[in-house]
Amino acid sequence: MPTPTQEELRRRKIVNITQETVENAASTDYPGHWPGENHAWDLDLFKENLEIQFHANEPNDLSFSLIGVDTSVANAFRRIMIAEIPTLAIETVFSTQNTSIIVDEVLSHRLGLIPLRGDRNALMNLKWYRRPDPDDPASAESPESQYFDYNVCRMALKAKCTWKEGGKQLAAKGETDPEKLYNNHTIYAKDLKFLPYGAQEQNWDPNDPLRAIHPDMLIVKMRPGQEIDMLMYCWKGVGADHAKFSPVATASYRLLPTIDILKPIIGADAKKFAKCFPRGVIDLKPVTAAEAMENPDLHGKEGENKAVVKNAFRDTVSRECLRHAEFKDKVKLGRVRDHFIFRVESTGQWDSDQLFLESVKLLKVKCEKMKRGLNGMMR
Amino acid sequence: MPGQQQLQDIDMRDDTPLTGISAYDNEGYNATDEKERVRVLAGATETAASFQFDGEDHTLGNALRYMIMKNPDVEFCGYSIPHPSEDKMNLRIQTYDNVSVYDVLEKGLNDLMEMCDVVMDKFTIAREDFQAAMQQEA
Repeated sequence: MPTPTQEELRRRKIVNITQETVENAASTDYPGHWPGENHAWDLDLFKENLEIQFHANEPNDLSFSLIGVDTSVANAFRRIMIAEIPTLAIETVFSTQNTSIIVDEVLSHRLGLIPLRGDRNALMNLKWYRRPDPDDPASAESPESQYFDYNVCRMALKAKCTWKEGGKQLAAKGETDPEKLYNNHTIYAKDLKFLPYGAQEQNWDPNDPLRAIHPDMLIVKMRPGQEIDMLMYCWKGVGADHAKFSPVATASYRLLPTIDILKPIIGADAKKFAKCFPRGVIDLKPVTAAEAMENPDLHGKEGENKAVVKNAFRDTVSRECLRHAEFKDKVKLGRVRDHFIFRVESTGQWDSDQLFLESVKLLKVKCEKMKRGLNGMMR
Repeated sequence: MPGQQQLQDIDMRDDTPLTGISAYDNEGYNATDEKERVRVLAGATETAASFQFDGEDHTLGNALRYMIMKNPDVEFCGYSIPHPSEDKMNLRIQTYDNVSVYDVLEKGLNDLMEMCDVVMDKFTIAREDFQAAMQQEA
């Protein structure tokens, strides 16, 4: 059985990036694609080749490289993070009083978009809300018939804008600063109050109530006489249903760029070459005596600056270097097909690293469910 | 009269206490439709069949297609989403002689699950190593 050389394996792994096109984009590691080669799934081989390198791990900003998986799998993790990991968000609003200038439906929508956080343990234990069964007359009549302390959280927003003492006189004198004239003229996300009920009163950590992640998000501005009084119900949902349920601000990956300098780029050209890339990607190094001896292109160029790749990771693959005639046939750009540089930024309800683990878990759960369905199927 | 209304709590029905149900079911948002979400489309033989998955999309479709194509007994595997407004995913498998498509599909799902375990383990280890390295630096 022929085994491909390391060089050949690398060639297959690189997606070529030319000035106008992208080549060799599809993976070919399937049985039957390369004559005589075995590409069957092998868990031990996968285990050996899989590599994960962390670059940053903050609660709201995770960056790591996932090396040695196929695009379809990396993409599945990304898609699950965006659309299938559940979070809690405001879903129904009961408006008792709203005389602000934002109408009920728009205000409700704004409230729904506010990212929430709270006791992680309690949130984890919260179950799915099921919409009332339309065939069951007892439950179908109202949405709240399915509200229980294990699947719904309650929040309230109550505020009334009034004149400050002496505010009217100040206004008559021409004062326009609302801070000096009115009480409660701006309503922020921090004004949302958690109203635990039932078992939540015991189970929910009182030091970590349900609240807005960013307290200073502006919800509405008001003027004297205006009032809002709203009761909100939050439940768990997924990003596939509405983007407000998506636990991530960003979950994306890019492929590791490669830059191959085929022929030496020297002197002023080297400087120009380095300028085609973001800072830190290309370094300038003087040509050594040994190099000048060995390479005919470098004869007599000892001491001159030569462009070398310092850190391709930082490249944005702008392809700028391909636009200049002096670099023609001297450089080759590419990307490593199985090196995914993930970037996950959580909105705050989860930690970013937890989100990735959860996405892997959910893919597994998906498979389990399908397997169960398959077993129950008539063959 | 507006402004005079008091916030009225909505009466909530008491529920029977939870027993025997795991608190976090972790079953995904469409867990209620646990009933047949996979079916075989008409015209199937033992070595060639199209499966239809309800409520699945490219997430499972493409990953599963990759895993099944990795199986040397498989002649062809492909997936499609026939219509964007229908929540369905079709998966076509054709195998070489005397290999059951059902076994191939099951193996694909098993391989995918095993792969998930490996990724989870490696990720956890890499995270611990990274945290240890960061602490040493600090």
